[in-house]
Amino acid sequence: MLLPNPRLCARCLTARPVVLRPKTQERLCKPCFLLAFETEIHETIISTNIFTRGEKIAIGASGGKDSTVLASVLKTLNERYDYGVEFVLLSIDEGIKGYRDDSLETVKRNAQQYEMELLIVGYEELYGGWTMDKVVGQIGKKGNCTYCGVFRRQALDRGAELLGIKHVVTGHNADDIAETVFMNLLRGDLPRLHRCAHITTASSTSPIKRSKPLKYAYEKEIVLYAHHKKLDYFSTECIYSPEAFRGSARALIKNLEKIRPSSILDVVKSGEAFAAMTGDIGPPAAEEEGEGGCGSTRSGGGSMAAEERRLRNKEKIVTRGKANQKGARKRNEQKLGSCVRCGYLTSQELCKACVLLDGLNKTVPRVEVELEGLKTITDGVQRVDLHMDEIKRAAAAI
Amino acid sequence: MSKPVTVTLEFSGGLETVFNNIKSRKVTIPAPEDGKTLDMGYVVKYLADNLLKGNRDMFVLADKIRPGILVLINDADWELEGEEEYEPKDGDSLLFVSTLHGG
Repeated sequence: MLLPNPRLCARCLTARPVVLRPKTQERLCKPCFLLAFETEIHETIISTNIFTRGEKIAIGASGGKDSTVLASVLKTLNERYDYGVEFVLLSIDEGIKGYRDDSLETVKRNAQQYEMELLIVGYEELYGGWTMDKVVGQIGKKGNCTYCGVFRRQALDRGAELLGIKHVVTGHNADDIAETVFMNLLRGDLPRLHRCAHITTASSTSPIKRSKPLKYAYEKEIVLYAHHKKLDYFSTECIYSPEAFRGSARALIKNLEKIRPSSILDVVKSGEAFAAMTGDIGPPAAEEEGEGGCGSTRSGGGSMAAEERRLRNKEKIVTRGKANQKGARKRNEQKLGSCVRCGYLTSQELCKACVLLDGLNKTVPRVEVELEGLKTITDGVQRVDLHMDEIKRAAAAI
Repeated sequence: MSKPVTVTLEFSGGLETVFNNIKSRKVTIPAPEDGKTLDMGYVVKYLADNLLKGNRDMFVLADKIRPGILVLINDADWELEGEEEYEPKDGDSLLFVSTLHGG
């Protein structure tokens, strides 16, 4: 048997290889790599049946590499294989100067390049003027991802609703999912561990379904695809989000990839196997869906929010765990209604975003209350009430 | 004993932010003083010591390229070219692209 010449592309056997594929260790030339990458995304789409002919689908677009590659590949595939679907770009403006305003310029160019309609929904309009810059001005950098995660989730849904769309696709890639699998494993969060590797997630609190067509695509290949196709994308890090936990999970999988490139896909497959092994127990408590979150999948605020909720609600979670063992019946009893203020689907009187907004509008952060003492009392009647509460609580603690 | 080489350096994917926002630049890499080979391992350390202006950990960990940063030598994955052992030639294009930044 003739061994393949390592100086030539493993597929066309003529051109110089430029990519070593992490999944297969195949050495491919540029055109063969681009085609192989696109074909795998097509196979994912077909085998999981995520698109329906005639459907209008929003691509959650941040201007970053993942969503830019997603938009480019989906346009290519929709034309090549005639899915008969229509794509629209949907972007969220969190209101972070020097971060999102630059990346939104990229999205605007992408809309022209891919001839797709673009809708940008902003926190400022949706949340009564509360941009993330203002939120951080109020509560500080710590914990702001909680707000951003909750706000973004709802903003994507509201944007989709405005467009009359019931399906949003996001650029989450295999590395992101492997990371999330690890994080859920490390937290012992079985409900999320089950769901995080699913290609499509529907939440009890959202009428919009979400899919991840790039779930088997390596980040390395996404970046190489963007490079070799000369796609126009924007790379930056959210200025407010260090997210140490996800960062560590990320470093872990990148180190694993170096030693054994198949690791990332293996972890994604493990996530799927967990779901298959235990049966799909469906989404946990309403509004607890917290996977990914951030427009930049890297700095996913949702997961941090989830972590914080977890710490705060440890007891509740134990109870939920028991409920899960009893089966899905219990969960279905959860009453879903509309937020009395904004109408968003929720199991409570107020949706999470409105609860957070209430907090922002009514109060100053606890630390400031304690530090500034009397000054806050003069700030308004509502603040006096809250302040008295704080004093009582502090007195009780002493 | 190696001779200095002149290469085109490119930084992208957010890595340019730790290299003084250099996107593309011709740079002459001097020969190692200890008489060792001028290979990519040496180039990486040289860049970290001489050109890097921001957080060193964004580029190297223990003087080796940080996992998650792709290196392309004349547009080909450096894993196909021998990685750290590749000896750059005059006119080579070396691209460092981070996959670690926001998507």
